[in-house]
Amino acid sequence: MKVALFIPCYVNVLYPQVGEASYRLLRSLGIDVDYPLDQTCCGQPMANAGYEADAKPLAERMERLFADYDYVVGPSASCVSFVREGYPHLVEHHHNDGRPCLAERIYELCEFIHDVVKPEHIDASFHHKVSIHNSCHGVRHLGLSAPSELNIPYYSKLRALLEKVEGIEIFEPQRRDECCGFGGMFAIEESAVSGCMGHDKVHDHISTGAEYITGADSSCLMHMQGVIEKEGLAIRTKHIVEILTANE
Amino acid sequence: MSSHSKAARRFVANRERTAWHDKALYIVRSKRDRMAQSLPEWEQLREAASQIKQHTLSHLADYLEKFERNATANGIVVHWAADAAELNRTVEDIIRQHGGNKLVKSKSMLSEECELTPYLEERGIEAVETDLGERIMQLMHCPPSHIVLPAIHVKREEVGELFERELGTEVGNSDPTYLTHAARRHLRDKFLTADISMTGVNFAIAEEGAFAVCTNEGNADMGTSFTDLHIAIMGLEKVIPDYASLGVFTRLLARSATGQAVTTYTSIYRRPEEGKQIHVIIVDNGRTKSLHNEAHRNMLKCIRCGACMNTCPVYRRSGGYSYSYFIPGPLGINLGMLRSPEQYGGNASGCSLCYSCSNVCPAKVNLGEQIYAWRQEMDSLGVAAKSKKAMVKAMNLIMRHRGIFYAGVGTLPYVPRFVYNNRFNPWCEAREMPHFDTKSFNTLWKQGKIKR
Repeated sequence: MKVALFIPCYVNVLYPQVGEASYRLLRSLGIDVDYPLDQTCCGQPMANAGYEADAKPLAERMERLFADYDYVVGPSASCVSFVREGYPHLVEHHHNDGRPCLAERIYELCEFIHDVVKPEHIDASFHHKVSIHNSCHGVRHLGLSAPSELNIPYYSKLRALLEKVEGIEIFEPQRRDECCGFGGMFAIEESAVSGCMGHDKVHDHISTGAEYITGADSSCLMHMQGVIEKEGLAIRTKHIVEILTANE
Repeated sequence: MSSHSKAARRFVANRERTAWHDKALYIVRSKRDRMAQSLPEWEQLREAASQIKQHTLSHLADYLEKFERNATANGIVVHWAADAAELNRTVEDIIRQHGGNKLVKSKSMLSEECELTPYLEERGIEAVETDLGERIMQLMHCPPSHIVLPAIHVKREEVGELFERELGTEVGNSDPTYLTHAARRHLRDKFLTADISMTGVNFAIAEEGAFAVCTNEGNADMGTSFTDLHIAIMGLEKVIPDYASLGVFTRLLARSATGQAVTTYTSIYRRPEEGKQIHVIIVDNGRTKSLHNEAHRNMLKCIRCGACMNTCPVYRRSGGYSYSYFIPGPLGINLGMLRSPEQYGGNASGCSLCYSCSNVCPAKVNLGEQIYAWRQEMDSLGVAAKSKKAMVKAMNLIMRHRGIFYAGVGTLPYVPRFVYNNRFNPWCEAREMPHFDTKSFNTLWKQGKIKR
């Protein structure tokens, strides 16, 4: 099984430790994982802003970079959901080797571990209280947890993985999957509402008593970390892979 | 900045009021959740509703004609109106033929859409809203800010002051029960002296030639009982096949709208009483055009419950008036775009693409996905924001060239933080910028610094 790491542009630049932890986590689970060099952007920001056509060359580049892998795994739910849902109508497929298109081979990292690797045990300890950030695209498009609007039994792939971490206490905010207000270009174009949503969401996380907000989307975490620093709040953000590889 | 963004900024500036508005609507969303969770067959009901609408819309002409035939046989007079002007004229004609100039209305968004009330008022016909929230808005001379809860943005103290001025209630008394009683007395007088009643139509049942009107206050029933002329106005998408389908929708409507099992009053009008008249006006006003729009025809499945507004994190924090179309929220963004992208394109930014609206919709209208789709069309429609386009094009140029991207990224740690972390950066309004103080993962990998 050939597995490639997909490290989205902003994670690559701002949060290399998330990439490093992703790599370490997969290796610790016995997976032979590679990182194809010089990845940039999947095209989601352009598409969400209304310029899907601009995402096309980026999508084609992604298809080329990851052509030879059975699985492509990334620590960012919204980027993965864009590839999965957007690429099939953006990229033409003329692979003759019968390999399915990237959309069918790409997984969000927790989803991959939970659904494909299915480990009994994860070698990590984190003696802290964490509040799970259920990000919109992770929940409503990738199905990482049961969306609060639907009448289906509760499940959470993130929680299931976190429960394997020694010493951890897990919480969820009262509005368990309300949007934090990031939304890509939305954060700039509607900065007043976006900021208000971020403030509300961070405070909902704080009211759980957690020390950390954790989730599968660095973009939401980046936005909330910005709010936390601006307001000087006593909580921090940490990507879930950093907790799944922690020893503290 | 888009029109929505500007207006939303003004609303959010009052944080206390924003928090109150958000909470009031989230309570409605929570009630809706409890109802949805209490019905094991909830998701099947949504699927059934969606399919019934799909079926009806794909046989729309047949069902409308069937409704007309059966309603006519029941003694209801059926009219057709191609647009708002024809609706307004038809209503006026019916009233002139019948006589009288006092009309009591129950809530109808179609009436707002066609600006029927001002049309009638200009022609000497008094049109009184009898839904309490609508009446409050009418007395305030403002449009509703929500399709089901028209005065949700008004605090009770403000209603108290309004009633002091308009209805002569006690100074400083904003007790809800007291104010409701005052409104009831005021409206009772309107009902007793009315000549004509008007209602909307929640569902027109083709098989029966009957139509259902759902209210919580009984105001529609009061109006139609007192008067001997009842005019009902409906958008042509309101038709459904039969009573069995009605059962699906009445189970979904109130649960989705307000978290009640069913509306307090669900009245089915089938034939006029002896000596009375019922007229139904079926209105197109752009709906046929929407039906032809393959990417967006799903909007016609909407049953106007307002659940998408209650769940929308942007609507809750920006208020109904931040949208330039008369219907706000995810529904309004979409309907406004269908009506006129030139006029209402400024609302499309008011969405973080969280897709909660698509999940709460009882008819499974994919509202969030359609907003995404509209955004893709905006540039070719000539209504895209220029600054946003410039940003996208610049970002795209960088991302397409790994050399430029990584060279640029490499310089970031050397750029002093104040250069980008300042008040001229819109990001920094509510947030600090992230820290550009490390090497990229790509560089670390190349340098062998990721432990293999």
